[in-house]
Order: sequence, then structure tokens, then C-alpha cells
Amino acid sequence: MREFLEKLGAGILEESYRAVPVYKEYETVDFNLPEALRYAGMPAHSAPEAGEKAVLEALEEIGGSLFYKVGFLCMSLQWDEEGFPVLPFAQHSKLLKKNLKGCSGVILFAATVGPGVDRYIRRYERSEVSKAAILQGLGAERVESLCNLFNNEVREEAAEYRLKAHPRFSPGFGDLPISVQKEFLGSLDATRRMGITLSDSYLMAPSKSVTAIIGLERLA
Amino acid sequence: MNILEYMKNHFLFLDGGMGTLLQEAGLKPGELPERWNVTHPGEIIRIQKGYFDAGSNIILANTFGANSLKFEEDELRSLILAAFDNAKKAKESSLGTQEKYIALDIGPIGKLLKPYGDYEFEDAVSVYAKTVRIGVEAGADLIFIETMNDSYDTKAALLAAKENSDLPVFVSNAYGSDGKLMTGASPAAMVAMLEGMHADAIGANCSLGPDQLIGVVEEYLKYASVPVLLKPNAGLPRTENGKTVYDVSPKDFASSVSKLLQKGVRIAGGCCGTTQDFIKELTTAAAKIEPVPVVKNEISLVSSYTHAVEFGTSPVLIGERINPTGKKRFQQALRERDIDYILSEGLKQQDAGVQLLDVNVGLPEIDEPELLETVVKELQAVSDCPLNIDTTDLAAMERALRCYNGKAMVNSVNGKEEVMEGVFPLVAKYGGFVVALTLDEGGIPSDAETRVEIAKKIIAKAAEYGIEKKDLIFDPLAMTISADTTAALSTMKAVHDIRYDLGVNTSLGVSNVSFGLPTRNIVTSTFFALCLEEGLSAAIMNPYSVEMMNVYHAFKALHNLDENCMDYIEYASSIPAPAAAVSQTTGTPAPESGSKTYDSPLQEAIIRGRKEKTAALARELLKDTKPIELIQKEVIPALNIVGEDFEKKKVYLPQLLMAADAAKAAFEEVKILMAKEGGDSAPSRCAFVIATVHGDIHDIGKNIVKLILENYGFAVTDLGKDVPEQTVVDAVVKLHAPLVGLSALMTTTVPAMEETIKLLRKEAPWAKVCVGGAVLTQEYADQIGADRYCRDAMETVRYAEEVEAGLS
Repeated sequence: MREFLEKLGAGILEESYRAVPVYKEYETVDFNLPEALRYAGMPAHSAPEAGEKAVLEALEEIGGSLFYKVGFLCMSLQWDEEGFPVLPFAQHSKLLKKNLKGCSGVILFAATVGPGVDRYIRRYERSEVSKAAILQGLGAERVESLCNLFNNEVREEAAEYRLKAHPRFSPGFGDLPISVQKEFLGSLDATRRMGITLSDSYLMAPSKSVTAIIGLERLA
Repeated sequence: MNILEYMKNHFLFLDGGMGTLLQEAGLKPGELPERWNVTHPGEIIRIQKGYFDAGSNIILANTFGANSLKFEEDELRSLILAAFDNAKKAKESSLGTQEKYIALDIGPIGKLLKPYGDYEFEDAVSVYAKTVRIGVEAGADLIFIETMNDSYDTKAALLAAKENSDLPVFVSNAYGSDGKLMTGASPAAMVAMLEGMHADAIGANCSLGPDQLIGVVEEYLKYASVPVLLKPNAGLPRTENGKTVYDVSPKDFASSVSKLLQKGVRIAGGCCGTTQDFIKELTTAAAKIEPVPVVKNEISLVSSYTHAVEFGTSPVLIGERINPTGKKRFQQALRERDIDYILSEGLKQQDAGVQLLDVNVGLPEIDEPELLETVVKELQAVSDCPLNIDTTDLAAMERALRCYNGKAMVNSVNGKEEVMEGVFPLVAKYGGFVVALTLDEGGIPSDAETRVEIAKKIIAKAAEYGIEKKDLIFDPLAMTISADTTAALSTMKAVHDIRYDLGVNTSLGVSNVSFGLPTRNIVTSTFFALCLEEGLSAAIMNPYSVEMMNVYHAFKALHNLDENCMDYIEYASSIPAPAAAVSQTTGTPAPESGSKTYDSPLQEAIIRGRKEKTAALARELLKDTKPIELIQKEVIPALNIVGEDFEKKKVYLPQLLMAADAAKAAFEEVKILMAKEGGDSAPSRCAFVIATVHGDIHDIGKNIVKLILENYGFAVTDLGKDVPEQTVVDAVVKLHAPLVGLSALMTTTVPAMEETIKLLRKEAPWAKVCVGGAVLTQEYADQIGADRYCRDAMETVRYAEEVEAGLS
């Protein structure tokens, strides 16, 4: 990634540059309790103590079943005749176009915390729904925190090369249809390398998986 | 020479990477490599010839992703046939003099199977089967199933290979850095399942370099009785000048793999990032190494989709509670198809400390094959405990073994010819660890010697089916001493002789011994201790019996099976002091918070979401309160308080759900009482059919709504998730249900919701439909023709009450 950012920052990246996907696994990801509470349906500022305790206990119980994998693809960004960004999927999205305005490179990534949390949700859905809801929130926090961790790394490294990282943008948001997931995950070989699969209705399994695009803009 | 013959005395060398080399040759991102078999045959032949030249014995045809999900059938066939044409040309043109074989390469189909994904196990078997049949036609020497990261998917592929060919099958899994498959299986679990299904060689490939896979390989070598294979990556990748490079050189790779050949690996090659150079170095280095003989080991294993349980070392506890015999509440659950109740019995036993769950759902009036399959699938979705499939119905046994994700324990066979001829073929096909009862056409012998004779007969018969004695566990049958006071002595002697003279594991349903006696626990648990001393390997038992658990933990500690007595100490600390147990159920509890007051301790327990306490208080109250009164005067008011607080945003979803779970515990107490005394459990309100629509697999929202509706007394029929339109309509028509709730999480599945509503309007015009789910809004609900959008569970209850009021 460093090499890509360096060339992109210096404005010497080939126009058709597209790296092969790279995969990394994190040992741990910092836990964001307020976010976990929020995803579980409790506003952090007024969450009952019991709620906090339940979330922390849930983390203790399922923590060992999680892993933190990210796969990413660095590529230079070109624009088609209609002024839309050229990406591994064909659909045009005005919002994404706006998000990537001024960018000359992008990083596509997929992140997953694995099927462990789905397993526990499945178990508690049938025996203790309150706990399933807590786990649902916890899982969402885990994968979002993983995305934030990776995103921060990108932002910080990009800044070293005078590149500004735009806010990440995910399929399914606004006018970018969820159906692009197929080509998106395909470009990352995410099924084979990360175990992220797609159902016929474009749902990802493991469910606690996220895909997103980060645009990179050269600063003057 | 036949490959199985050849590999008895030789190493087998596999090829190296294919995908990475094709990319170098110009394969574009997103392009399917299998198409190159037709468009770029020259490149394929060049790479494969290079591997034969480097000394590979086995080339994987370029068919990794060749399956009917990616290609139309005609193209699939032509691509696989072309792949073999290319590989054969590579074989003929290579000057290498080694034995050469061509394998049909099978990778994962890229769908996560139910319950975590949306793909049916049997559909996966069918997809793999198509590829296998074409591979056989193309003249494959063997089938190589590889890079599988899920045990269930692996089973589907292996089953397809076995059912559609007689070829040797090698199976290789992709392990993560934690030494497990992505969906959790340990190497021992995979060895158990794959050997049970007669894979010819097993091992690991891809994901990591040889050094990172040492732990996985060692575990394979410890448990496997077939040759172990290894096909690692060239270490870990990184990008340099826009190209992927791997961090292990051909020389280092060869040296690392050679060390594992010396430890016992018999089949080796490379995966991503490895090239002809790697294989050349490897075959050169290996020329100086003598293959380590493959020995059959005697370790008895059963497995779930995560782990294996070993028999013959530490005693194994098998929970007996999933069984209708003598349990009215359980019989009622079976008749009402209350799967959740059955699952909770499983989970509770697991929490109580059993390593396996016995599963028996046989009742005369039910369709046992169908129900047993359902229960096995549902149990393995919520619990990682291996299962003991307990049935005398062969059709039920086959369906359960087929869908089981692992190597099951099978209960049971006995010395009767007819029974052995029915059960052993199933075990030979699907794998299994079989309970064999020492009885035959002559009944149950009263002496130990005859039981041992029957055991010998069963061992011999099993061998005819290729089932080894390590896959048998004898139950020499405990008979009650109230009828014959020598009965226990005979059983104990049989346990001893079978274990030590025949060298086979033993198991007992120990509680029979005390039948007809008072305070049975004393006799049963003492008998259990005596049998353990005679070498008993396992017991099918009641884990809620403190006496039994005491014996188990103490025995392990006394027999040096519990390092530093850690398990015992943990167990001892979990036993509640008798005094504390009393105060939990009686007496007035001190108020837990200063400001809030509650109408009764039970209401407080529900509102605070205390499950155990709620159950205990309800049990106590039910001694002199009518169930209907308990529900109407205690449970419903408590739920109303929480429900209203939720609506006013004074409490949040988790608290609402905790209260609902607690209320459910109170209802369960009512059901137990009613099952004992007969009669309906509670007056039901109107029928409510609920489902997550077709294509949608996330159903926690629906489950929340279901729980709350049930708490309010609605007769909820839950059709589950990914439910076809017609199934919803059929259920509504059958029940003439006035209310239907549909849930959808994704925009992509809302059309399925709309279709369901349309069909309902046609075939069940009386039904009111409410919808909910993450993407829905009132506007959306109007657009698809729903009667009401319900934002959350409480709104659904209010709507249901409204509709119900309109009915009368």
C-alpha cells in the first residue's frame, strides 16, 4: 500500500494501475463500548448498568470466536465518458461520484469478523433473545471498529504522502445498489481468501462483514 | 500403477500454484481461470508440463472453480473435458520418468451453507456431483477436494465424490492462523469426519506457509490413519512494484516441507505463490528422505463442526435428556413441534457439563425421519456439542447421519443379524462411532461371558463392512438390581472384560441399575463410580443429577485425569451452598433499588429480567396459584409495565427482551405443570403467522417480535427465515390466521415481501398483514400493499390487539 500511496501522492502512478488484493489479519481491535451499546439499541449516555454488563459479558463469551480480517485492493481512479468513476463494477452512482470527486486513486476493501458471532446469535435467538440482540450490537461494533482501524491506517499513511482520504462509501448506500457486491467481492477474491460469501439476494455471510471504497485525493 | 498402490511405499508430489502463474501469463482480474482451458490451452499445458518436469506425481487439472453455479452445463462440461485434454498433453510431453496422475480439482462453490448462509446442504451435494461426474467421464485418476474452509461444505463435496465415482479422493482444508477452519473446525474434527467417510488422504493447503502449518500438520499426524498431505503457500504475500511476492524462497520452502515429510507427511506440493522451482527443490530434497510408514491408530473419535471428542482416555458424559421416554413435557414438545424446547434441553445439558448430546425424538404418532433430521439440523445450528443419534428407525438414522456436520455417535446396533445388516452399511457410508448393545436374537444374557461373546460377534461383523473396532463402543446393558441382585456384578465384569480383553470402549445407561428402588440417585451414582473403575469409557446420563456429576469430577481427579485438579476445583466452586439455594426461592428478597417499588417479587424479577429467579418464584407460586391467575395477575401486568416504559423510551430494547425472556421462563413453569396435570397450557389469543421473507436470512428482528407476541398470549406460528411465498400462504390458510407478520432486512428482499402480500390477498383475503424490518417505512409498506407498518415489537402487539378486538 505504501508504494501505491507514495506514487499516487507524487502523481506518478500509472493511469491503469491496479494491484492484486492484499490480505491482513489483526490480532485485536480496540473495543468501543458506547458504539456497541448504541448498536444494541441503548443510547450510550443513558444505557443501564445492566446493559453495559451484558455487552461486556457477551464480548468475553464470544471474543475467542472472532477474527479480524481485511482484504484490500489499491487502484488508480479513472473516469468514463459520462464522468463516472471506473471501478470493478459497472453501475453508476451519483452519490459515489460526488464522494470520489477530485480523487485519483481508490482503495476497495472488505472486512469481516468471521462467522463466530453469527453462530452465537443463532444459538441465543432460540434460547435467550435479549442476548441475541446484545450480540447483534456487539458484532456490528466489532466489524465497524475493524473498518475504522483500517480506515485510520489508510488515512494516516495517505497523509504522509499529501493525500486526503475521503469518507468510506459502501455498496447499498444511497443510489449504489447492493447488487454490486458480486463484482466488488469478486475483485477482492473475498470468497476464497476471506470466506465472505454472497447469497442470491446479495446478503453477505458471515453477516458481520463490510465492503467499502475509500477515495484518495491529492492535496495541492 | 494404481495411485493407491503406489502411495503405499512412496511419497507423492503434488504440483504448485496455478492461479498466480495464470495471472502472470495475463489472466485478468475477474476473469474465470477455467475458461483458459479453451482459450489459452498452450499456457495451461506449459505450466503443467513444468510441474511434471519438476517431479510432480499429481497435476491438478485446471478445474478448481468448475461448477454449475459459475458455468452453464454445456460450458462446464467442455471446460472440464478441455482441462483434462490439456493435462494429458502436459503429461505426455513431459520427459519426467516418475509415476504421473491427473486429478479432478474441486474447490469450494463459494456459498456458505445453512444455517450460517442460505445454501442447502443437499443443493451443494448436487452441484459438486455434476462436476464429479464430468471428471469421471474425462478420465480423472483421482479427485482432489481442496481449499475448503468449512466442514459442512467439505462433507458435501466428499459425499458427492463418493456417491458419483469409485475414484480415490484426497481432501485438503484451508486453516487460518488460529489452526482452525473459518467456520471453526479443528484438525482432529476434520480427521474424524473425513476418515469416517473414507477419504484416501487428508491434510491442509493454502492460506499459510509451511512453517505456520506445523501445528495443524502435527495434529493430523497424531489422529490420522490415512496418508497426510500438505500443500502450503510460499509463505505470506506482499506487493512489490505492483507485483505480489511471497516471503519464502524455493530452498527454504523445500527445507521446511522436508522436515514435515520426516515427521510423517506423505503427500506434498505447493499452493499460492509456489512455482516449478519450488517443486523441483522439494523433490530434490525429498530424494534423501525415507517415507514414514502410515500406521492405523486406535484413537476413537466423534466430532461436531468445531471439535472432536476422544473416547478411551477421560470418561465421556452423554446427556440423556433429549428423549421423550417418561417425560410428559418433552412428549408434549414433540407433538407440538416445539423445537425451541428441544434445543433448550440440549443447551442446558451442555451448560451442565456433558460432552455429547443423545438425541431421541421417537414417539409412535410422529414422522420420526423428518423430525430427527430437523432436530439434528437445528441442534447443530445452536450447539457445538457432538450428537449421539439415537433411533431404531433406519430411515431416520440415515437422514440424520447424512445431514450431520461431523462424525456422529450412533445409538445403536446390537448382535441381531438383521439390525447389524441395517445399521453397519449406514455407518460405513457416513462414518460414525457406534453404540453396540450386547444382546442378540437370544435376548440379554444374564452373565458377562455371553455378553463378551456377542461383542466378539459384532466386532467380526463390523469388520466385514470395513468398520474397525475403534469405531465401536459396547453397551453391556445395566439391569436393575431390584430384580436380580447379581445384575450389577455381571455388567461390571462385562465392562471390564470388553474394555481390557477385547480392547474396545464401553458405555452404559447407568440409571437402569436402580430401577424400582427408593432414592435411586445413591445407587446409580455409586454404580457409575464402580463401573468407571472397571474401565467404563462413557455414560449416557442425567447431567442435572448432582450425585452423578460429583462422581464424574471426583473420579477424574482421583485418576490423574485432571491436571492440578483444576476442573474439580472449578466444579466445586459452582455447586451452590445448600443454604443459598433455599433463600433463592423463598423468603422476601430485599429491594434491589431504592426508588422503584414493585407490586410483587415475581413482577420485579420479570421487569428486571431475572430469568432464573422468575422461574423459581413462579414455581413456588404455582403451588397454590392457578396458572391462569399467575399469568393474568403477575406476568402480564409486569410485561405491560416494561412494554409501556419501552414505548415511552424509558427502557430500551435489551431490557424489554430480558423481561420477555424472564416472562418466558414463567410460562415454561406453567407448561411443565400443565404437562404433568394435563390440559391446555394457557388460553391462547388469536393465531399469528410470522416469517422472514424469501431470500432474507437475517431473522433476529422477527424472533424478537415472536417472543413478545407469545408473551402477550398470541398463538404464534413461526415459519422461520427465507420462507417461500406459497409456504406463508399455505400456513395462513391452514390456520385461518387473521394476522400475518412479514419481516425483511434488505431492499433486495422487499419484492419477495410484496409478492407474498399479493398471494395472500388472493388466497387468504381475510388476513391482515403487518410488515417490519430495517429498510421498511410506512411509505414502503403502503406501496407494497401491507395493512400496517410496525416499527417494533410493541407496535406489532398493539396492532395485533387492535385486529383481534375487531374480530369479536
